[in-house]
Amino acid sequence: MTTAKEFTLAELIIATGAQTWAADGEVLATGIGPLPRLAAGLAKLTCAPGIMMTDGEAYLVEDPIPLGPRGDYKPKLSGWMPYSRVFDSVWSGRRHAMVTPVQVDRYGQGNISALGGDFKKPKVAMLGVRGFPGNSICHKNSMFLPNHSKRTFVEGEVDVVASVGYNAKNWPEGAKPADVKLGVVITDLCVFDFNGPDHAAQVLSLHPGVTFEQVQEATGFPLLRAEGMTTTAAPTEEQLAIIARLDPHNVRATVLKGNPAGVRAA
Amino acid sequence: MNKEMDLKAVVGDLRDGMTIGFGGWGPRRKPMALVREILRSDLKDLTLVAYGGPEIGMLCAAGKVKKLMYGFVSLDAMPIEPYFRKAREAGAVEVSELDEGLLLLGLQAAGHNLPFAATRVGLGSDVMKYNPHFKTVKSPYDDGEVLLAMPAIKLDVALIHTSRADRLGNTQTDGPDPFFDGLFARAADKVFVTTEVLVDRIGDEYSDKAKSNLFERCLVTGVVKAPLGAHPTAAHDAYGWDMGHLKAYAASATEEGGWQGYVDQYVKGDEASYIASVGGEAQIRALPLPIF
Repeated sequence: MTTAKEFTLAELIIATGAQTWAADGEVLATGIGPLPRLAAGLAKLTCAPGIMMTDGEAYLVEDPIPLGPRGDYKPKLSGWMPYSRVFDSVWSGRRHAMVTPVQVDRYGQGNISALGGDFKKPKVAMLGVRGFPGNSICHKNSMFLPNHSKRTFVEGEVDVVASVGYNAKNWPEGAKPADVKLGVVITDLCVFDFNGPDHAAQVLSLHPGVTFEQVQEATGFPLLRAEGMTTTAAPTEEQLAIIARLDPHNVRATVLKGNPAGVRAA
Repeated sequence: MNKEMDLKAVVGDLRDGMTIGFGGWGPRRKPMALVREILRSDLKDLTLVAYGGPEIGMLCAAGKVKKLMYGFVSLDAMPIEPYFRKAREAGAVEVSELDEGLLLLGLQAAGHNLPFAATRVGLGSDVMKYNPHFKTVKSPYDDGEVLLAMPAIKLDVALIHTSRADRLGNTQTDGPDPFFDGLFARAADKVFVTTEVLVDRIGDEYSDKAKSNLFERCLVTGVVKAPLGAHPTAAHDAYGWDMGHLKAYAASATEEGGWQGYVDQYVKGDEASYIASVGGEAQIRALPLPIF
């Protein structure tokens, strides 16, 4: 395993993202969006061979499907996963998704529904809550947010709580808050989780060339330094080769503005 | 027994204020020929229930909608349906925004003649806040858990596009995912299906495909032959979605008078003129199925 000397920030994110599935065993891994999907594919081929993946539509595959037009490539289908069975997997807890909310707050709550104070007439109508309410209380979820800023990591609470976090007051009277399983949050600046004291956000690793102060400045809620906070590990040449094979059209270069290098210039 | 009808007769059976569910998922297998026929009608004040695609946006654009109940409304490659977005941001329609799974459970409860389905889904999220009529229920067993009682979503009518059907009301649906067409059918008082291919008795010709039957004929009120009737959405395995058309449709949402322009160009005539206006049968049949 040779650490790569040159890599993009997107590739760094994919490589560190793959690690989020490493301890999961046999669960349905769903990476929504190009980088999470590539991260899941890389995980499947390296650190998490047990995870199950789909072709992005309705079938299970053992070989991750490359992104985009695939020429003669024909997926080898190993099982069937129509949406009805996705819900079965979700509700039985055998899934770990990586998702991209538009807003995240200090409780780990996420919003993809709408922006602005008036839900009946939102300033910006977004996707709706989609599957987030159920997903967030039934199975593990990690997050990828491409623009680490106070607009995404908001002060106060998200405008609409689509995915549930560690916020007991949003539960109806008498209901026991679910055992929410939030994995890591990967951004263009760092990797953090909500496993500090009382589920406080804590930075696990800073991407090369990024300072803690810079991350805090871009975050609307307080961050802690996790014990052993480190620098996000650079991908290996082997990982880069797999990523290139899973993304032959270089879609990963279009996700982050300007496709920056993995090591920021000081 | 012959359940064959035409598009006009189906829409003639619909009434103002009805609750109408749509099969399919996003820009996939939507009963668009029937949607266009509704657009040509005077129907109004509808409550629409769907894993929504362009059928929701178009009916909102035409001012026919009082209320939407949805898991999402999306054109897939364009994640937010443009006219849905417009209607939401104008506050033009009432909404019941649901977790996708709650929609499933509400339809299932209706189909099973139950008042609600017990679930944890929705608890702890703003689904409860923005659906203030939702109540919780306490498990009568030792666990005593408090659960969300998702109310049954009873439909007056379900509109569903199928691959093949017969005049008795038997249907077959191709494609990798049946989505929730069966639940929509079962939750409705009346089901009208459009079909790519119509035969007298499906078992005489497609006996080997009986496993692709998603709901029983006793649920089906009427069957309409509407080849290419899902365009511009995808109808596996006959044709893919028409992203070029959907993009032009989406662009119209940003133009002054855009919706009227769309109606004038595509919807005003009948289905034959619609198909001609979007490039003709051969071009539609050549639309590739999407890959991911």
